[in-house]
Formats: sequence, C-alpha cells, structure tokens
Amino acid sequence: MGHSGINVLFEGRNFTRLLGGLWTSVWIAVLSLIIGLALGALFGVLRTSKSRLVKVIFRIYLEFFRIVPTVVLLFLFYYILPRQFNLSWPASVMAVIAFALWVSAEFSDIVRGALISVPKIQRESGLALGLNKWQLFIYVLLPQAFQLELPATINLATRVIKTTSLLMMISVMDVINVGQQIVEANNQTNPNGVFWVYGLIFFLYFIVDYPLSLWAKRLSKRNEA
Amino acid sequence: MTEKILEVEDLNKFYGNKQVLHDISFSLNKGEVLTLLGPSGSGKSTLLRCLNGLEEFKSGTIIFEGKKVIPTAKNWQQLRQKIGMVFQSYDLFPNMTVLENILLGPVKVQKRPKAEVEKEAKALLKRVHLEQYANSYPRQLSGGQKQRIAIVRALALHPDLMLFDEVTASLDPEMVRGVLELIKQLSDEDHMTMIIVTHEMNFAKQIADQVLFLENGTIVEDTPGKEFFEHPKTKRAEEFLESMEF
Repeated sequence: MGHSGINVLFEGRNFTRLLGGLWTSVWIAVLSLIIGLALGALFGVLRTSKSRLVKVIFRIYLEFFRIVPTVVLLFLFYYILPRQFNLSWPASVMAVIAFALWVSAEFSDIVRGALISVPKIQRESGLALGLNKWQLFIYVLLPQAFQLELPATINLATRVIKTTSLLMMISVMDVINVGQQIVEANNQTNPNGVFWVYGLIFFLYFIVDYPLSLWAKRLSKRNEA
Repeated sequence: MTEKILEVEDLNKFYGNKQVLHDISFSLNKGEVLTLLGPSGSGKSTLLRCLNGLEEFKSGTIIFEGKKVIPTAKNWQQLRQKIGMVFQSYDLFPNMTVLENILLGPVKVQKRPKAEVEKEAKALLKRVHLEQYANSYPRQLSGGQKQRIAIVRALALHPDLMLFDEVTASLDPEMVRGVLELIKQLSDEDHMTMIIVTHEMNFAKQIADQVLFLENGTIVEDTPGKEFFEHPKTKRAEEFLESMEF
C-alpha cells in the first residue's frame, strides 16, 4: 500500500461528508444570490432616482458592504447582531442574510451602471408610448440592462461561491470545514492526505464555478449575434 | 373640419438661463398637417418634445382637445396615448420582437385584449408591407423598416395627434421614400393630424397644410403650406428656402 494519502478521501464516510459540505456551500450561495439579486435590482432602480436622499442612503449602503471585509460581516451577523437583538438563528441563516445583503449592495451598483447606459432614446420612446415609470423599468430598461450586466453578475456569482469558504469562520459545516476536520483526524496516519483533501476541494469549487463562466460566455455570445 | 385639436399659447422654455423657445403660439386643426421648418438649433425638436411632455416648459399654455394640459407626470402619461411620437433614431426596443414592440403600449398601458390588438397590429404591419417580420427582432431589420414599425407602434395606440421628429434624418436616402410615403398615406387616407419636423423640403411642400418657420426659438412665420413655399412672407424664410436648394 503506497502512502500517497488518496485513501483518506474514501475512508469511512469522508467522501459523502465532503459532498455534503459542498452542498451546504452551494445552497447558501444560491439562496443568497436569489435574495440578493432581487433586492439589488430594486436598489439599483432606486439608485437612479432623482431624490438626492435616496441616492445617498443607497450609496452609503453600497460602500459599507463593499469596504467591510466579508469575514467581518459574517462575524457581525453571527456574533454581534444576534446578541444585540436576542436572536438565535442558525449560523447558515445568518450567513444567508449577510451574503444576501452583500450581494444586493454589489448588484445594485451593477444594475445602476447598466440602467444609465441604456440609451436615453429608449427611455423616451417608452415614455412616448404612455408607459408609466414602473412599466418603463420592467419592460424596457431592466431587460436591456440585464444583457449589459450579465458578465458582471456572473462574476459576482462566482465570487459569492468562492467566498462561501469563509463560512467555516462562523462554524457552518461547509466543504472547507469538513475538509479540515478530515485532515486533522488523519494527520498522524496520513500526513499526505491534506493534498488530496484540498485537491478535491479545489476540484469541487472548479466544477461548480466553471459551468457558470461557460454559461456567461455562451450568453454574451448570443447577445452579440 | 375646423375643429381645433391643439392650441399653444405663449410657450416659453429655458435650458438653465438660456431661453430656447420664445412666446410660441399657434393652433392646429383636426386632420391637418403642420410642419415645423427652420435651421438647425432653431428649437423645432424642442417645441415638438414640449408637446408630449418630454421637455418641461417654463410658462405658457397647451390646450389639447379643448382641455388645458396640466403638466404633471401623470397627466402626460395619459396624454401620450393620444399624442404619438416617432423619433429620429430607430427607437424600437431591441429586447422585444416587432410584434411585442407594437403590442406593449396597447396591452400594458391601455389594457386592451391581446388577441384584438394582435389582429390589428398584423393588419398594420401588412399595410406597411412588413407582415413577414412580426416575429423578427429589430436588429434583423433595416433602418427604413425599423422606422416604419416605429410608426406602426405609435399608431397602435390610436392617437389623435402624431408627432414626427426628423424621422428620416438618419436614414439611408433609399429608405427615406418608404417612410415618407407612409406618412403621406396617413395624412391622405386616414386624415391623421400630424406635426412634422423635417429637413425634406419637397416632402414638406407636398404634405404641409400649415408651416411654422422657426429661428432662434421664435416663430418667424406661420403660413399656410402652399403659400410658404411659393411666397414666403419674410426675407429670412426666403433665404432659408433658397439655401435648402430643393
């Protein structure tokens, strides 16, 4: 029996545990993205408002989530806020809230940028058809903005998926956390196992993120056609 | 046929401190065609845009179909269903098919039944010989085709007044004819009331019942169409017509 350490991956329930951890990372990322993108689209629309107050509020919101490191956000939502407000929700829920707010902030900026780059004449011809403000956004501006913002949005999605690796900091059993437990449990008997465990994690993240970037490429090609 | 559809009284408009429209007053009868002529920068397009609320004006009155327009966003939104507008650039929505472009206003704004509007839209497309493009996207069409569809899209709302803002200015010369013929048809067959900003003097001569000649934001002449082209009242209009060499 060689000592490559690959057997660590298949000992006991290790492999299914790693996949389970991956699933946790993925559902937290997906749920955060769904909530965050919906909120972010709304915030992005509001950020094109004429009201200075609305603009300033959402600008501060964006800068807050952009400047504060994600780890600090997670700590804030896991350790500090629940104590202040007497909440006792599971770590994964707090993670979804923190990520969703972060995504909404970043996405609001993407949406705002895309909205203001839709040609002015599109807006005017929508108005000339008697559309009201919301109809204008829903039927004309947002669909056109969507095409412009697609690459940046998918980039954001891959960043969110990668950032789920921080979830272990608030003791969510994500794929990294599981991997580390396996490494520590086998360190004595299988010192090389660490390469295989992290190698597998690398591979798992790759197969989650790579289809996204392929999808982005295909969509933007179709847009050009 | 002398029912007034539109009356404008002492309209003034500023961009910042610069006054771009000075005491504009004119009226338009139902079924007639008014053309706005004048050198570039004379305020023709700005005036047109004031008439459907795309530009705000500082003072003055617009009376449309006997009612004074109170220029709030909500009122303009209602009025725009009655006052159609077509722009210089082909302004179809690229994210929708030709048919969806046409249906948007009638179905979403006017809440008319989709089946009924679709039938009407197809008849309109047939009229402009573009029925085979109903399910195409705007990017698959030429400029002239897009512009004719933009006109159809505005017509689908059943407007009482149509505004045309240099609709042939960015078209290839070969495409211009089809668009102008359509506008002429609307006047001759449908008796559509229209206000047209154009640089096509031959076309203006054919179609205008009334000409407003503007310069520097002021109406220099308000003359019946034929008369304007044959015996302009002012020296300035005469010079302008000469310079256009049509």
